[in-house]
Amino acid sequence: MAKIKYIEHNGKEHIVEVQNGLTVMEGAVQNDIPGIDADCGGSMSCATCHVYVKEDWYDKLPKKEMGEDDMLDQAYEPNSSSRLSCQIMVSDDLDGLSVYMPEKQV
Amino acid sequence: MIKTDVVIIGAGPTGLFCAHQLGIIGLKCEIVDNLDKIGGQCIELYPDKPIYDIPAVPECTGEELTNNLIKQIKPFNFNFHLNDRVQELSKENESWIVKTSNGKEFNTPNVVIAGGVGSFEPRKFPTKSAEKFDGKTVLYSIKDKSIFKDKSVAIFGGGDSALDWAIELSSTSKVSLIHRRDEFRGAPASVQKIKELSENKKIDLFTKYSIKDVKGNGSLEEVEIKSEDGESKTLKTDYVLGFFGLIMQLGPIAEWGLNLDKKTIPVNTENFETNKKGIFAIGDICTYPGKLKLILSGFHEGALAARGCFKHARPNEKYRFEFTTASNTIKDRLGVK
Repeated sequence: MAKIKYIEHNGKEHIVEVQNGLTVMEGAVQNDIPGIDADCGGSMSCATCHVYVKEDWYDKLPKKEMGEDDMLDQAYEPNSSSRLSCQIMVSDDLDGLSVYMPEKQV
Repeated sequence: MIKTDVVIIGAGPTGLFCAHQLGIIGLKCEIVDNLDKIGGQCIELYPDKPIYDIPAVPECTGEELTNNLIKQIKPFNFNFHLNDRVQELSKENESWIVKTSNGKEFNTPNVVIAGGVGSFEPRKFPTKSAEKFDGKTVLYSIKDKSIFKDKSVAIFGGGDSALDWAIELSSTSKVSLIHRRDEFRGAPASVQKIKELSENKKIDLFTKYSIKDVKGNGSLEEVEIKSEDGESKTLKTDYVLGFFGLIMQLGPIAEWGLNLDKKTIPVNTENFETNKKGIFAIGDICTYPGKLKLILSGFHEGALAARGCFKHARPNEKYRFEFTTASNTIKDRLGVK
């Protein structure tokens, strides 16, 4: 279980507890947190669960797998702190993680 | 005006299997899809990715699944209207009048929305200033490449479309290729070719840059690009091309007076009809308690929606359930003995 803070582009924060084994994307969708669309449902086939992760956390996350950067090319305003939230698996180690939502997903 | 029993919006697996079920029970349908090919997300997003949860098919790719579904409905000779999008729905007596963006009109008692997460549209530049040149000198697809002859073209993106066009246009235009990182996701041979062209100064390659602004008085004059650490460059250009893949947008469906729950359409699970009589929704776009976004669920939903369509298309006939193994009527429809 990890407490995760989702920060909307306008600064509004949502803190929820997400079960281990779910993804950061699922944590948002299941708790009706706006700003993460996840059109493809987590199959890494779109880029609508794009989030930014600040440096302090970025390096602690499991590394990107093949294909994630390819999808991020198609995200809205990606940068070096971009991740697809469907590819970040929640574990106790992620307790306290903050993710920032882009201005929009499409 | 084309008169039919059912218009299916969306030629993904769910729409295709619904067409099959309509054919089996003796109804006609017309299938409209915004993409230029049949298959929906299976073909557009993951043609080569294996799918492992189609009943009785241990493994197949999106492309194989699509080809098999096309084969399965071939006996019915249904019409496909590709590269076209349903824009308007209006009610006329007991029928729905369906109008598409290419100006086609259908008269039908039933519309089945199998639209996935909406229609695929090219992802556009985030910069507001690009909008006023959209469709003229800022483009997301190429219809006539001769317009670029002897012009400067700035191409953004790192996938096959961006690379292929950069290579193709480099012989007749002054091409700059701009991508947000060093790696390209295009085919290795294309990536190799791009590197060669760049070394031979046939194209200007800018990696780790993205678009900042487009400028021009009346017509497009230059594009400003920025690196992540804030450094900017300005390139003189006649055209700006963006290839960032496709996004899915609900589009006109949102304006048809259907109940919506986020981006999905609530239906009843008896026949998958929406709050409007004769309008059905199946596949990823529909929602109900327990909904699973699986292809197999879409098949089930399509089968039931087809029976729902029968009631409106043949109000004076009673629907009779038959098995394909036993029914001669069905075998006739399939053209088998």
